Amino acid sequence: MSEFLINSWGWPPFYAHACAAFVAVVLILHVIAVGAMFFIWLERKVAGRIQDRLGPTRVGGKFGWLQTLADGIKLIAKEDLMPADADGMLFRVAPYIAFCASFSSFIALPFATGWVGLDINVAVFFVVAILGLEVFGVILAGYASASKWSLFGAMREAAQVVSYEVPLGLCIVIPVTIAGTMDLTKISNLQAGWFTNWYIFHDPFTFLTSFVFFSCALASVNRAPFDLAEAESELVAGFHTEYSGLRWSFFFMAEYGSMFLVSALGVILFLGGWNGPIPLGQFVFGAHAAELSGLAFFLVNLLGLANFMFKVVLGVTLMIWIRWTLPRLRIDQVITTCWKYFTPIAAVMFIGVISWQLLGLPSGGDLLPLHVDGRPRLSGDVREQHLKGAVLPQGSADRHSAARRALEGNLVRVGGGH
Amino acid sequence: MESINGHTLLFLLFGALTCFFALAVVFSANIVRMAFYLILALAATAGLHFLAGADFVGAMQLVLYVGGTLVVLVFGVMLTAQSPFVSLRTAGGDWVLAALIGGTLLVILLPVAFQVGLPPTTTDGAFTDETGGERITSSVPVTVPTATRIGLGFLGVPGDDFSGYLLPFEIISIHLLVVLVGAAYLARAKRRTTVKNSDVSGGS
Repeated sequence: MSEFLINSWGWPPFYAHACAAFVAVVLILHVIAVGAMFFIWLERKVAGRIQDRLGPTRVGGKFGWLQTLADGIKLIAKEDLMPADADGMLFRVAPYIAFCASFSSFIALPFATGWVGLDINVAVFFVVAILGLEVFGVILAGYASASKWSLFGAMREAAQVVSYEVPLGLCIVIPVTIAGTMDLTKISNLQAGWFTNWYIFHDPFTFLTSFVFFSCALASVNRAPFDLAEAESELVAGFHTEYSGLRWSFFFMAEYGSMFLVSALGVILFLGGWNGPIPLGQFVFGAHAAELSGLAFFLVNLLGLANFMFKVVLGVTLMIWIRWTLPRLRIDQVITTCWKYFTPIAAVMFIGVISWQLLGLPSGGDLLPLHVDGRPRLSGDVREQHLKGAVLPQGSADRHSAARRALEGNLVRVGGGH
Repeated sequence: MESINGHTLLFLLFGALTCFFALAVVFSANIVRMAFYLILALAATAGLHFLAGADFVGAMQLVLYVGGTLVVLVFGVMLTAQSPFVSLRTAGGDWVLAALIGGTLLVILLPVAFQVGLPPTTTDGAFTDETGGERITSSVPVTVPTATRIGLGFLGVPGDDFSGYLLPFEIISIHLLVVLVGAAYLARAKRRTTVKNSDVSGGS
């Protein structure tokens, strides 16, 4: 967009970049805020249905769909309370830190081919790095509140999140090793075509990994059955016991933002991102969005965006469903699940996937062989030979540097993108 | 300056943030606030890395330093949940020692900082970079995929001027593993060694 402003309208670069950044920021803020509104409403409806109630029905007409907005107005009007013994500065700043951490990771999250706030090469790594910082706000909130319940909640959250980063990271590494890149856009576009190209169906190990990933993601965003930090039945409300009004709602926006984010991450890593179960865009326009331009690119991307959003909302709905179905675990059970089960399972899956790749066993994508370029994919060692033949010219003086350049070029070429 | 250079502006902003929070760490007396400022200072440094186009190093900074300091924060909170540790006053001798060490580091770093110089800019404020023999000109600092370069250089794919760090890395990893096992052994709760008589009489 900034390129367009500079080239077509002749804006000075600084203003063009600032304007483009502003648009991206506003869009991402809306994804979080409107997303939180929608998900809170959804949570109430789903909870109601699961408990054989109706949920909100009155505000906004038919399904009570304005309930969250009404609550938001109520929260704005509420008095902003702070305990007398609280550490004032940290108490005030904690909700914003949690929200900022949740928001910042959206910067690198692509919503369709090329539709991303900042297209960085190590997007997976970036997102995981920032996601781990949300706990920072929670710890500060727990400490600054000068309340037993808050401190217990914060300490539980700290132990839990720090532990679950390990299996979560292992699960994320698995699709990255298959794709050979950490760029989320490229990872998603490598799964283009039929749903058999999705990494969840790549081999049995990735199939299991995706479930481990989902469980760890649940724990890392502090959702039931891992919601020990705000265990209502034991800790009043956990780390946000002392918060009220708008500050409290920032914690909730952060929580729902993080839910959306880990769901989106799972969708991109395992469920093909915006590349649907059926390659509709490729049937209509004959090419993937990465190779289109102009109106066709826009239309296919719009379709991909809808597809992506649908999958992500499905993931969040699953989280809500789980929350209202399963009872909460004890803290020792949570930590046991992490270290004695998820971490070893993830490690075994990692070895399994690598062996699968190394042995050149057929992947799910070979069942219905329509890939980005329309050619059937070469499997295993054949692919390896192909790569070697293309990469290493025999007898060349500087074949290593050629290999190096080809490897870098390969990584850039594979994903396409604008 | 005919047009505002946003890059310089942001660099100054992040640099100022880093310095401000670093000073705040020094002059704060509350241990949790210190850790909080330290995290902000390190995060601002990560911002500087991103600004320089080193996205991998920036993300690494976030994971290692900011994440590591987070654990320090947790310990700080656990220690200061009771009041005696809340306020830490630094003794006069410590100030002198800290100033000496910090000043020495600064003296070493300052000449290096001035040797590096500014990124090459053309007359219209555009940045250029030599990448693989081609000259790229763009309005933002050129970002090359640094992770790939770091990885390849690390593994020692030849054809470049360095020869890889795989062996040192492996040695360091094993060393760290040993340290971790040792730490886990030391930190392990000691089991009570007294055995009941009935267990002893029951044979080995």
